[in-house]
Amino acid sequence: MTILINTENLSKKFGDFTAVEGLTLNVEDGEVFGFLGPNGAGKTTTVRMLCCLISKTSGNARVGGYDVGNKEDSLKIRKIIGFVSDNVGLSENLTAYDNLDFYGRIYDCPDTERKESIRRLLDMLGLWDKRNVLAGTFSKGMKQKLAIARALIHDPQILFLDEPTANLDPESAKTVREFITDLKKQKKTIFINTHNLDEAQRLCDKIGILNTKLQAIGTPADLELTAKGRKTIVALEKANNAVGEALSKMPLKNLTIEGNRIMFEVADPERENWPVVEAVVMAGGHINTVNVIGSTLEDVYLKLVRDSA
Amino acid sequence: MRLSKAWLIASRDFKIFLRQKSIWYSIIIFPVIISVLFPIIIMFAGQRNAGLIAAKNLPNLLNSFSFFVVIGAAFVPLGIASYSIVGEKVEKSLEPLLATPLTDGEILLGKAIAAVLPAIIAMYTGATVFMVGIDAVTVSKLGYNYFPNWTFGVMLLVLVPVAIVMSVLYSVIVSSKVNDVRSANTYGILIFIPLMAIYFASEMGIISLDINGLLIIAAILLAIDVALFFISTATFRREDILTKWR
Repeated sequence: MTILINTENLSKKFGDFTAVEGLTLNVEDGEVFGFLGPNGAGKTTTVRMLCCLISKTSGNARVGGYDVGNKEDSLKIRKIIGFVSDNVGLSENLTAYDNLDFYGRIYDCPDTERKESIRRLLDMLGLWDKRNVLAGTFSKGMKQKLAIARALIHDPQILFLDEPTANLDPESAKTVREFITDLKKQKKTIFINTHNLDEAQRLCDKIGILNTKLQAIGTPADLELTAKGRKTIVALEKANNAVGEALSKMPLKNLTIEGNRIMFEVADPERENWPVVEAVVMAGGHINTVNVIGSTLEDVYLKLVRDSA
Repeated sequence: MRLSKAWLIASRDFKIFLRQKSIWYSIIIFPVIISVLFPIIIMFAGQRNAGLIAAKNLPNLLNSFSFFVVIGAAFVPLGIASYSIVGEKVEKSLEPLLATPLTDGEILLGKAIAAVLPAIIAMYTGATVFMVGIDAVTVSKLGYNYFPNWTFGVMLLVLVPVAIVMSVLYSVIVSSKVNDVRSANTYGILIFIPLMAIYFASEMGIISLDINGLLIIAAILLAIDVALFFISTATFRREDILTKWR
C-alpha cells in the first residue's frame, strides 16, 4: 500500500503554546483515517499543517509524496487535496452550481469534465434540483454536503474533513455520514477530524487519538482490544464470604464484589480467568455465567485523554 | 502570479456584488452626487446670486468641485473592498479558498480587481456626466466649455486611480482587524482625512489644485500607495489570515 500522508515528529507552536507535539503517523492510500481528540487537542492545527495552510514548527510531513514545508510543493499538495473546514465556508450569495463551478475553475477542470462533475456530485447529494438556489438559503446539512462536493470537484487524491458532522442535527449528520461511507466504498483516502466516537468507529479504518501528543493509533478493533479496562464479570448463584476471602488473596486488579457479581480487570482473559473460576468453585461458589467485557472505544478514548491531561 | 486566477476571483466577487443592493448603493451614490448635484448647485446658485459665480470666479469654483471626483474615488471602493474581504470572513469562506492552489498574491489581486474596476467605471461615468452637466449650465456664462481640460484630465487619469488603489489597500489592512462590514466601513472613512485636508488646504490657498499641484499630490498619494501595498501584502498572508486575523 502507498503511504499518502506521513508525519514524523511533527510539531506546531504558537508562541509559548504547543498545539501539536511530536506527531508521527501514516495514512495509506484508500484508508479512512479518523483523528479523535477533545477541543483544543490540535486536530485542526494538524489538518491545517497538512493542507499547507499554516507552517510547521518542527518535524517532517509529506502529503502525496510532496514535502509539506516546501513552498513549491505546497501548491502541488493543495492541487491533490480537497478540504472541508469545520465551518463549511460556502459563498452564501452564490448558487450551489456557481459555488462548485468556481472551485472547478480554480483547479483548471476542463469545461466538459467540470460540468459533468458538478452534475454527478449534486445528483449524488440530491441537490441537483436546487442547483440554482443560493447556498445561503440551504439547511446546515445541505451546506455541509455542498461543501464536501466542492472539495471533491477536482477528484482529489486525499480528502480532509474537519468536523464534518459537528453542529448538524441527527438526520443531516446521518446523510453526511452516508455520503462519506459512499466515498469510502470508492476507496477515497479520507482524513477526518472528529470528536464523535461513534462516527469514527463506523467510518474509519484507522483511528488516532490526539491530545497535543498522539496518545494511541490503530484500527477501532485494535484500540478496543487494548488491555486497559477489559473486565471479567462472574455471576454467582449466591455469594458467600469464603468466595470473597479466596479472591482477595489473589492478585486481581480492581476486584469488586457487588451482590452476586464479581468483577475484576484482566489483561489476558484466556489465561487469567480459569484460576479465578477454580478458586470460586473451591470456595463453594456456584457460577452461573462468566463474561468478558472488552473496553469500548469510548473507554479507551476517555482513559487516554484523561491520562494525558 | 497567474492573472487568469486573479480574474477568476474577481469574476466570482462581481457575481456576489450583483446580488448585494448595499454594494450597488455604495458604488453609485458618490458618482450620482457629483454628476447631478454639483451642476444643479451651480445652476441654482447662478440664478439667485449672479455675483457669487461670476464668470471670473467660476473656474476656481469648478476646480474645487472637480476635486470631489478624487475624494469620491477613495469612497467608492471602500464598501466593495470591505465586503469582499470581511464578507468572506463572516461567511468563513476564506479558509477553503486558501486551501486551493491559488497563491496569496493571486487572491489579493483578484480582490483588488473586484474593488478597483467597478470604482473606476463608476467614477469615470460620474465624471463624464459631471463634465457634460457643468458645461451645460456654465457655457452661457463662460462663453466656452470648461470641461474637458488638462487639470481635470490629471485628476481623472492620475489621481482617481491612485486614490482608488489607496482606498482598496487600506481596506485590506482594516479588514484584517475587524469582523463585520459596518466596522470596516467606519474605519474606512479615515481614508478621507488626507484628501479632505488637501481640499481644505486648497480652499485656504495653502496649496493650489493646478496641474503642478495635482502632480505633487499624486506623487505623495502614490508613495502612500506603495507603503500600503507592502503593509497589505504582509497582512494578507495565509497563515496570518487563519491565526492572527480577528
